[in-house]
Amino acid sequence: MANKQISQMGLPKSIANVFAARNVFTAKDALSLTEFELMELLDVGLAQVTSAVAHISEIVCPPYQTALSLMELRVQNEHLAGHLPTHMKGLDEALCGGIPFGVLTELVGPAGIGKTQFCLKLSLLASLPANYGGLDGHVIYIDVESKFSSRRLIEIGVKSFPEIFHRKEMAQEMAGRIHVLRPASLSEFTESLQQIKVSLLQNQVKLLVIDSMAALVTGEFEHGAPRQKTLGWHVSFIKSLAEFSRIPVVVTNQVRSQSRDETCHYFFQVQSWNETIEDRTRHDSHLVAALGINWAHAVTIRLVLEAKSGQRFIKVAKSPIAPPLAFPFNITSSGILLLSDDGIELTGPDINTIHCQGLSLRFCWGNLQKNIKWMPKTTIGHY
Amino acid sequence: MEVGRLPISASQRSKLIAAGYTTLSSFSSLSPSHLARDLKISDNEAAEIMRVASHSHRLDGSAGGCGTVNGAQTAWDMLHEEEMFPRITTSCEDLDNILGGGINCKEVTEIGGVPGIGKTQLGIQLAINVQIPVDYGGLGGKAIYIDTEGSFMVERALQIAEACIEDMSECGGLLRKDSQACQLKMHPNNILENIFYFRVCSYTEQIALINYLDKFISEHKDVKIVIVDSVTFHFRQDFDDMALRTRLLSGMALKLMKLAKDFSLAVVLLNQVTTKYIDGSFQLTLALGDSWSHSCTNRVILYWNGNERYAYIDKSPSLRSASAPYSVTSKGIRNSASNCKRIKMM
Repeated sequence: MANKQISQMGLPKSIANVFAARNVFTAKDALSLTEFELMELLDVGLAQVTSAVAHISEIVCPPYQTALSLMELRVQNEHLAGHLPTHMKGLDEALCGGIPFGVLTELVGPAGIGKTQFCLKLSLLASLPANYGGLDGHVIYIDVESKFSSRRLIEIGVKSFPEIFHRKEMAQEMAGRIHVLRPASLSEFTESLQQIKVSLLQNQVKLLVIDSMAALVTGEFEHGAPRQKTLGWHVSFIKSLAEFSRIPVVVTNQVRSQSRDETCHYFFQVQSWNETIEDRTRHDSHLVAALGINWAHAVTIRLVLEAKSGQRFIKVAKSPIAPPLAFPFNITSSGILLLSDDGIELTGPDINTIHCQGLSLRFCWGNLQKNIKWMPKTTIGHY
Repeated sequence: MEVGRLPISASQRSKLIAAGYTTLSSFSSLSPSHLARDLKISDNEAAEIMRVASHSHRLDGSAGGCGTVNGAQTAWDMLHEEEMFPRITTSCEDLDNILGGGINCKEVTEIGGVPGIGKTQLGIQLAINVQIPVDYGGLGGKAIYIDTEGSFMVERALQIAEACIEDMSECGGLLRKDSQACQLKMHPNNILENIFYFRVCSYTEQIALINYLDKFISEHKDVKIVIVDSVTFHFRQDFDDMALRTRLLSGMALKLMKLAKDFSLAVVLLNQVTTKYIDGSFQLTLALGDSWSHSCTNRVILYWNGNERYAYIDKSPSLRSASAPYSVTSKGIRNSASNCKRIKMM
């Protein structure tokens, strides 16, 4: 809509020609100027400019829907009113049915906590036939860190849905629906995103997984500042992909340790300064999400996976629907499993903190191989 | 001013007096449709009466005060007008208190905070609360929700709408006669139907929409609140030229302010936060820079204080800076957990 040609908008011929003569071709060109700038550029009166801008605006502006029609549309057209169930009962209930379509859902947590396991399980679920609670569709899995394991995928499938995966041709069909992309750099990733757009339009893909978003940029930049900038375009693009194809998009994010000079306070909170210093020394081992606050604003749902005294938890840290709940979970051969479907309700900013305490050493060894480059950064402090 | 002095037809005047509206102020805060119902006249006729009333009201004021400048309003009139306009409650008493009763119509209020603090929740809550009928102390208006991030969730809006109706029918028990009529009218679906939802996918569309709102609202006069969630998103992603960004943003802010004044509606802008390097340390501030911070009449910052969510009035011409706790529950925005028992969802 933004790039719509002004000449196609049915403006009076005389004024449309003036726009064209001054190289103002699209709605974006015109609306990026203030009315006075336009007056000067086009050399026409204010009244004409105002009416032209009003006309352009009306054509470019998106149509409205009432919230009711929005809801009815979803209930009618979409599986479970637009949710992909995770088959973790407690979590599904909290999220009103599962991972919602059309928005970004982020998994953030330390290495080896189970983010990839979660993604694998979701990919399987999306590919399952509808009568098993799946979406009966294809999955695009962007595997940046080369962590995707087909063997593990099939194992989870066999253990959780034996009736499907014991038949070899079914297993083949399910696994055949999951397309793994392995971009090696940000520019390759950008390219594959654009290709994905095309296949999404053909409506067969029901889930997009990006594992992980942080690895894409940490590979290229060492410091925080350029990272935020580079991702700006990607954030918008991925969000619009999710929106227009109405599929769930799941992205993972890594963690890094919080550096000392980072505060999370406003200027008017100085009175509690002493307390915060104390706070910070006490929680020295705190981890924060690798992608910063700009990214955090962009995701609609954030699930934090953490370990506290040896127990893993999955926390609904940001969600417009779910209350701040934490569920203990475990990773078994059939994938990620909740130990309890009753979430523990958390109060305060605790919901956002990421712990990595007492993740059993044995487990870490198992994962050390694949995570070796992240170990020193995130977890070594705890042993 | 007495109704008898209004330049309206004799039959309309007698209807007004018969319905108990003897002075101008007794009915000027009503919506035209409400007046139409009371007087059993058509909506158009009621709107005409309202127009005439507000017109002569202004004349009356300027005759007594200063009629020297055309189009100016005396401070006294403004005070009167301000008092007449009900505010939009946030459903959290403490928050309403520091806001002087709620979100003010005719003003632009900016609300910012870290991810997950409850900005969108507050936005949805306001879109629903603006619809609380006049009988229950609300505005009985409609809402425009401009979603730039895709974070509006209908499921959540439905939850909050249901809770809102529940609360109303509880307090409506006192006015038993009225409440029946109202219960019939208020169904969650009606509430959802009165939220006009615009999904904006680029900053060009955002500017276009703000330009177009003027026309849209003249066609939908009941709209009493415009919520932009968030004003920041596209302006944060797509810009290299910061001077251009500032120009466009301030142009947009001016248009929003004009909308708020012209149609007596509340404009609520949700903003994101960013970190800024001040005096040798990083601090959180609202995004879009310093010149933007002049654009809004009121600025409210949501933040974590210990284990509780707090709202802080950062800037306001009429309110003192203060902070108050609030909480986000399954029913929506409510008083903080320490003040009222929190209802668990599960």
